[in-house]
Amino acid sequence: MLVLVLAHLLVAVALPFVAVRAMRLAFALAALPPAAALAWTLVHIGPVLRGREVVETLAWAPRIDLEIALRLDPLALAMTLLVSGVGALVLLYSRYYFGRDSPDGKRSAPLLLAFAGVMLGLVLADDLITLYVFWELTTICSFLLVGQAGISRESRRSALQALLVTTLGGLVMLLGFIVLGESAGTYRVSELVANPPRGAGVGVAAVLILVGAFTKSAQLPFHNWLPAAMVAPTPISAYLHAASMVKAGVFLVARLTPVFVGVTHWWVLTAVFGVTTMIVGGWRALHEYDLKKLLAYGTVSQLGFLMVLLGTGTRTAAVAGDSMLLAHGLFKAALFLVVGIVDHQAGTRDIRELSGLWKRLPWVAATATVAVVSMAGLPPAVGFLGKEAAFEAFLHGGLGSTVIEAGLLLGSVFTVAYSARLLWGAFADKPRQTTTEAIAAGAGLVLPAAVPAVAGIVLGVAYPITDDLSSAYADTYGTGADPYHLALWHGLNLPLLFSAIALAGGVALHAARERVTNLRARLPKPFTAQRAYERIMALLERTAVGVTGRIQVGSLPTYLGIILITVLVVPGSVLLTRASLPDAVPVWHRLLQIPLAVVILIAIAGVVRARRRLTAVVLVGVIGYGIGGLFIVDGGPDLALAQFLVETLTMVAFVFVLRRLPARFVQSEPAPGLRVPKVVIAVAGGVFMAVAALLFSSARQAPPTASRYYIAHAEEGAGATNVVNAIIVDFRALDTVGEIAVLAVAATGVASLVLATRYQRRRRRGPGRSGSAAKPTDRTTADDHDSRREEARE
Amino acid sequence: MTERDHRPEPAAEDSDSWTEWDVPAERWLLSGYCRDQRERTVLLELAARIVFPTVIVFSLYLLFAGHDHPGGGFSGGLVAGQAFVLRHLAGGRLDDSSTLSMRPPVLIGVGLTIAVLTGFAPLLFGEVVLESDIYKFTLPVLGQIKLVTNLFLDIGVYLLLLGVVLDLLRTLGSGIEANAAAARREQS
Repeated sequence: MLVLVLAHLLVAVALPFVAVRAMRLAFALAALPPAAALAWTLVHIGPVLRGREVVETLAWAPRIDLEIALRLDPLALAMTLLVSGVGALVLLYSRYYFGRDSPDGKRSAPLLLAFAGVMLGLVLADDLITLYVFWELTTICSFLLVGQAGISRESRRSALQALLVTTLGGLVMLLGFIVLGESAGTYRVSELVANPPRGAGVGVAAVLILVGAFTKSAQLPFHNWLPAAMVAPTPISAYLHAASMVKAGVFLVARLTPVFVGVTHWWVLTAVFGVTTMIVGGWRALHEYDLKKLLAYGTVSQLGFLMVLLGTGTRTAAVAGDSMLLAHGLFKAALFLVVGIVDHQAGTRDIRELSGLWKRLPWVAATATVAVVSMAGLPPAVGFLGKEAAFEAFLHGGLGSTVIEAGLLLGSVFTVAYSARLLWGAFADKPRQTTTEAIAAGAGLVLPAAVPAVAGIVLGVAYPITDDLSSAYADTYGTGADPYHLALWHGLNLPLLFSAIALAGGVALHAARERVTNLRARLPKPFTAQRAYERIMALLERTAVGVTGRIQVGSLPTYLGIILITVLVVPGSVLLTRASLPDAVPVWHRLLQIPLAVVILIAIAGVVRARRRLTAVVLVGVIGYGIGGLFIVDGGPDLALAQFLVETLTMVAFVFVLRRLPARFVQSEPAPGLRVPKVVIAVAGGVFMAVAALLFSSARQAPPTASRYYIAHAEEGAGATNVVNAIIVDFRALDTVGEIAVLAVAATGVASLVLATRYQRRRRRGPGRSGSAAKPTDRTTADDHDSRREEARE
Repeated sequence: MTERDHRPEPAAEDSDSWTEWDVPAERWLLSGYCRDQRERTVLLELAARIVFPTVIVFSLYLLFAGHDHPGGGFSGGLVAGQAFVLRHLAGGRLDDSSTLSMRPPVLIGVGLTIAVLTGFAPLLFGEVVLESDIYKFTLPVLGQIKLVTNLFLDIGVYLLLLGVVLDLLRTLGSGIEANAAAARREQS
């Protein structure tokens, strides 16, 4: 399995080189790894359903118990079929969707394939940390695919919104994973399912993980990133934002529901948020004119539905959830691809502009109809099986179940209504409108859409197969006395009645669409989630600007003062209260220390009195050399060498800079009152350092054990008789690497600062007036929010 | 190419040629560039010419001797850097990049890469990160050589430090000089 995931990623790395020369070939190549994954999965269906799961582990950091664990179990099987099957189809479809030289295509081919790979890893993951890594990788792929070239502002901010919302959820989820893993003592999902942990931590983990699942699967109130992400090219929307990535949250809930069966708020939260999302998403879909937006809100609604089913934790609900997972992936992918064809061939996907398209694109219309049958939950599609099972799951229960059932029924009415709206809007003849012109679609575009649509019907007709697939997952919850089985005909019962009500209600709602839209216009405008997101982002930006403006005042004395005061307040106060001065402090060890100290003291007095900068720098250098001399006297040649060298270099750097500064210290103090505080802070800082040095050096009573170890092992461990060097390059080599990394960063920072001033001068002399580009960032974000608000009002 | 090729045209036989007869004509620096004649000190140029190779050799000694004597990559790199500082002081802003065609940021990156790779290399042999190993072997003339793998970490540090100093010369040295020159041009 790991090989399959890696194959995706490796081919993705090689793909850009192919895409530059032959894009169609690149997409064809890209379809191979998902096809291979699909074939591999199909081969394993039989064994897995008979209970022989495929497990692979790779311990990649055994010291900290990190391993990549993959496992193909019934739930992963369903998701893998979806991810790989739809992935291969979408890549084949993209071959004809993107123009021959489209830069979007060149960018998307490797990214889509990489996404297919990490998504495969995500659904197969059996380890929470592995799952999290793949989870975030899908987020990054989604960001890149939605943002594309980043030329249009809409794509930039949509990509950013998707990234921010899902990453926020992901981080919270990681916290939940850690709480869960630590309280259970294992991060393996299969072990967690086998022995669900108990305790207060588990309840907290449940909430944290749900936040991640809700953001990824676009549940209320995080749902808005999904419709916004529809700016991406349609194949990407079809794959990421309908069939696979947004399913990750639902999938995670399905994975962990067996773990959280004992936690009440797990199913309460999924039910409340799921039902609300289903209804709100369906309601919004009823009013969209953009076919893609309509489908996006439909997806939000369906994800809510799945959330309810998979979070409940009963066998019947799980059967319904698993079959709906398959059904939704199939029909939604097909419909997105259909909308892509309509957009591609007719040049628009606005319902108000399309009319009579079924005459121009008959096969596309047929495909759409087949897919809509599944979406609306009509027999004989697999969507019907799932919906029947869902109604059955909440039929027998208390008040909560009844409320959920009512919510699902209302959601289903909306689903039927927007299904009808989609079909009618895209293809039907509309009064007072001429037939839209469209170019006939080739088989390369229609076939990838038709395959999942037909598969939805096949899985419905061949319901025993679907039942086997779903039951294998649902049996985790125990089979019970009379397990539910998917079937097209259960006899005349309540679920069938509910299906009929949903159909009739939906058709009626669609017939009355103009009145419904008028009704919505009269309703008071609620505070939308999009508005909340914008407010929060604007607030964040304002806070950041405010904080930066107050902290980064641009005055070196202020920075120095803040640093010194912090040192004085934090460690200084501790020093005052805790420490006591040592009794006997030896004044000197060796006679040579006295002249050195005298030289240093004279130099210090000179620095304080110096009027010229150069004098001050030279005297500071003298102090440094004096300290180096003290190191020699005390027997630290390595230290002294470094001290001398650094001191020299510092002086050189100072002299370089001094060339651009006035020769003398200027006394342009605006307020003479500042002089006294400055002196106080400086003196206090110096005293603190002196006292601290004295206290710290006298705190040690015995030779430290670490030093003894280093001295004893320098020769055999590090091959060095110079113990200082042994410490630097061997015992504490990690520190060394870290320090030189810091040095590299600092040098690069200084270099860019100095070179930037040069660049600015060049720019100023150039023809462009700098005034017009003064505050590009501020203006862009403000515009962003304005136009976003416009959109929300629509 | 010798410095003689860069000998300026012999001073024209004009009225103030007698004031120029003692202007130094030899160029003592490898780059062949020297400061304006008023800023130039031949003594420093000559000193840089003679001392530079010695200092570099000394820095290499420090690098390799570090295992058993004072020194190491840090000191070695700084010493090598200061050899370049000397050249910069003598030769001015065009001198630092002429002999070393590697740009300072690249040098910094190379040093860091070597250090990090040295850290990870033991993983290939099934050991833990940053583990070091000692090899002893005998060469015909040099006698017994002790090679400790963590020497490569030191080499990385050496190169990085050298790069940092060169970067300092490039930005604070030449950069500020160029800034000042540009500012003067702008004013005039």
